[in-house]
Amino acid sequence: MREVELKMKERAAELLQSGEVARVIGWKKGEFYFDPTPAVFESADELDGFVYNGFCGANLSKYLIQQSKKEGKTAIFLKPCDSFSFNQLVKEHRIKREDIYVIAIECQGKLDVEKLKEKGVSAVTEVEENGGEVVVSSLYGTVTLAKDEVLLSKCETCKSKVHQVKDEEIVFNEMQAGKKDRFEMVEKLEAMTEAERFAFWKEQLSKCIRCNACRNVCPACSCIKCVFDNPASGVAAKANDSEFEEQMFHIIRAFHVAGRCTDCGECSRVCPQNIPLHLLNRKFIKDIDTLYGEYQAGETADGKTPLTSYTESDAEPNDVMNGEAK
Amino acid sequence: MQEVTEKKEFTPNIVAFCCNWCSYAGADLAGSSRLTYPANVKIIRVPCSCRVNPMFVLKAFQQGADGVILCGCHPGDCYYVTGNYYTRRRMSLLYSFLNYMGIEKERTRVEWVSAAEGARFSAVMNDFVKQVTELGENRRLTDLRVKEGE
Repeated sequence: MREVELKMKERAAELLQSGEVARVIGWKKGEFYFDPTPAVFESADELDGFVYNGFCGANLSKYLIQQSKKEGKTAIFLKPCDSFSFNQLVKEHRIKREDIYVIAIECQGKLDVEKLKEKGVSAVTEVEENGGEVVVSSLYGTVTLAKDEVLLSKCETCKSKVHQVKDEEIVFNEMQAGKKDRFEMVEKLEAMTEAERFAFWKEQLSKCIRCNACRNVCPACSCIKCVFDNPASGVAAKANDSEFEEQMFHIIRAFHVAGRCTDCGECSRVCPQNIPLHLLNRKFIKDIDTLYGEYQAGETADGKTPLTSYTESDAEPNDVMNGEAK
Repeated sequence: MQEVTEKKEFTPNIVAFCCNWCSYAGADLAGSSRLTYPANVKIIRVPCSCRVNPMFVLKAFQQGADGVILCGCHPGDCYYVTGNYYTRRRMSLLYSFLNYMGIEKERTRVEWVSAAEGARFSAVMNDFVKQVTELGENRRLTDLRVKEGE
């Protein structure tokens, strides 16, 4: 990862110095090693704090909506999964492809600091990735862990290691996609009874503190005016004051991105309450795949989405509910 | 004060979204043909079944509906040519999703009723009300404040 970081920094400096781009979107060193934050660099001098390490899980593509409207070209570093969101934003006319210089970067799966904490590793100062293992140095010593056990949940089921869009590439090693089935948990929920599912979601969603982080981070959820900011919607309160509001917020949020969600997993990554929000989106993805044919949002920057198209022989809703639809 | 000991029989609140051109006219025909459907079906007229935003369905449940049924023209017969094709996809996904959240699947339904199908409208509504009555009150998707003081 170190060589990738150095190369990225070098390219960012070159692009900024030559004036080819006016700004670069990447990651900046946070307060600690394990909390790099997305940042915009506007000159080569600012690049001192530039980092790219195992904790750079954030999907940068949403920042383009604001940044690419400014004067000059914007360069951005995209991991393979982020490139799906990029295409989706181009498709929805949120950003213009020609305003942006895409640098495709290597990603070997990003780490979850919470999972490291569960393993008793805190105060991480450095992480070396070594094949299937990670060597984590912290203030309390060095430990070696199996990488699969400390990956972000979105990386466990990594959907692709192929960049869907790129102007240049910084990839040194072959990337391995995740092996886990992303619909495993959805299927498990589907097999439960209605009452069990209700109990599951009630338990999960009642943790929600309505911080709106899932909404704000979602690259598909990019409206400037949002229903949840409308005081008349009944779901714009700072806190959920009924069970219904918890469900309403999450149902509407998931439905708004149905057919457009690229399954980037950012919602679950940012949730401070660890609600498995991606399971909501994946239900839509799974239903769309089975009912209307396999569809991966963001695979291309044009074409129709499942909910803005139809065929005359689509399944009837009542058949879908009774499990008779194919 | 007299204590109320008598237990009221459960009569569900049903919200029916009917498109202006087919299903609403179908309801009209049911009426003029003297066919009955339960009085607890509250019809909301919409220009096209495609007008129904998923939020409408949720709002109906929030405000105390026990079942929501959506009626439109038969696929292929939409007054706006393609509206109900979009409805069909949208509602398949929404209802399947609500069920995934644990909402009973018997509470939601989509039926295509044409302007000539007064008898069908009546039959569909009677059947749906019966189904929801058997299921009982909607407790999973409701704002408890709305029912207070009822």
